[in-house]
Amino acid sequence: IYDRAITVFSPDGHLFQVEYAQEAVKKGSTAVGIRGKDIVVLGVEKKSVAKLQEERTVRKICALDDHVCMAFAGLTADARIVINRARVECQSHRLTVEDPVTVEYITRHIATLKQRYTQSNGRRPFGISALIVGFDCDGTPRLYQTDPSGTYHAWKANAIGRSAKTVREFLEKNYTEESIATDNEAIKLAIKALLELLESKEIETLVTEIEKEKEEEAEKKKQKKST
Amino acid sequence: MEYLIGIQGQDFVLVAADNIAANSIIQMKQDQDKMFKLSDKILLLCVGEAGDTVQFAEYIQKNIQLYKMRNGYELSPKAAANFTRKNLADYLRSRTPYHVNLLLAGFDETDGPGLYYMDHLSALAKAPFAAHGYGAYLTLSILDRYYRPGGIPRSPSRLFTIPLFYCPPSPLSRFILNLPSFTVRLIDTEGIHDLEKLMPVGAKLLAPAPSS
Repeated sequence: IYDRAITVFSPDGHLFQVEYAQEAVKKGSTAVGIRGKDIVVLGVEKKSVAKLQEERTVRKICALDDHVCMAFAGLTADARIVINRARVECQSHRLTVEDPVTVEYITRHIATLKQRYTQSNGRRPFGISALIVGFDCDGTPRLYQTDPSGTYHAWKANAIGRSAKTVREFLEKNYTEESIATDNEAIKLAIKALLELLESKEIETLVTEIEKEKEEEAEKKKQKKST
Repeated sequence: MEYLIGIQGQDFVLVAADNIAANSIIQMKQDQDKMFKLSDKILLLCVGEAGDTVQFAEYIQKNIQLYKMRNGYELSPKAAANFTRKNLADYLRSRTPYHVNLLLAGFDETDGPGLYYMDHLSALAKAPFAAHGYGAYLTLSILDRYYRPGGIPRSPSRLFTIPLFYCPPSPLSRFILNLPSFTVRLIDTEGIHDLEKLMPVGAKLLAPAPSS
């Protein structure tokens, strides 16, 4: 049963399984990512939970390493697998190369993983798109997006999930040099983008800030202290 | 011959390791750091077969970090020690065992300071004080004599008196192999602190290597 590929080409060149996976992503709650000058911001739409459900924050923003984070839209269970593989790769990279991953490296790793599942026997693609943010060793902020097909691109600002189109249009209009001039401005832009989604439902936003310079400095100090 | 020592205080753990990296009869390096930071409050001191030490210690180090990433909190010293022991034990009966002797020192918010002794046969023991190497034969008896249950109180001036003060010079003065310097670190509720390198009088040290 595992010798037949599930993801095959259609006569007109489509990979329907991948496209269906992208549909699954469109059903997930929205996530937005913004790259500022010295900051990267991730914001996610928090789904209202059932009455009896523990409102322990469903963590849609996950740390992959001390300097890299990601948010996702789509199948939460699939995301857990991808995130775990990425976390292991972050440490494995540190072990072999003695350096933390660059944001592009870990994005490429996740994207390659996703692509492999579009070309394997008996497997289906991951039903998630991911927004990966972080800082490289030289302090440059980065924002990348991956999708179920396994492609990845760098972005200045992007959104994925349910209202991605609306939010992206908002960002296209409002992402200017002034709007991301300071860290706080960038955070405000992310929150404003998510507030676009405010309809009849009450929506909270989870905002994650990565102040890399401070973190890096603090980490460097700690490393100097203990080595 | 390499040397490790650890002593548990009332609210801290004090550890020291020698700094020599040798190859047969030659001292290759005199500023080798044999302590590996597993987390903000856990240090792994590792000596033994060349290569195995760093390989094993770094493997444990990265796995402890992975646990932190996956679960959002760090392993306690007790958990880290048991994890390390399990790894060592699993490899022991394989074709490629790790020949390393370890001390794991850490501070836990609930349990306080802890020192764990581990050897290459994967024995694990929580102890108030411990040492590895030939130097241990000379220093454990001093620790037996002077150590008080409940740990030694912290006071800067006494830190380098009993027993740490006595211990390294003993291997130095009576021991055929010269250990010229020791890295000393202290772990308490605030984390890991570097203390001054211990260089007993009469120790011979080469000119320091160009700073890395």
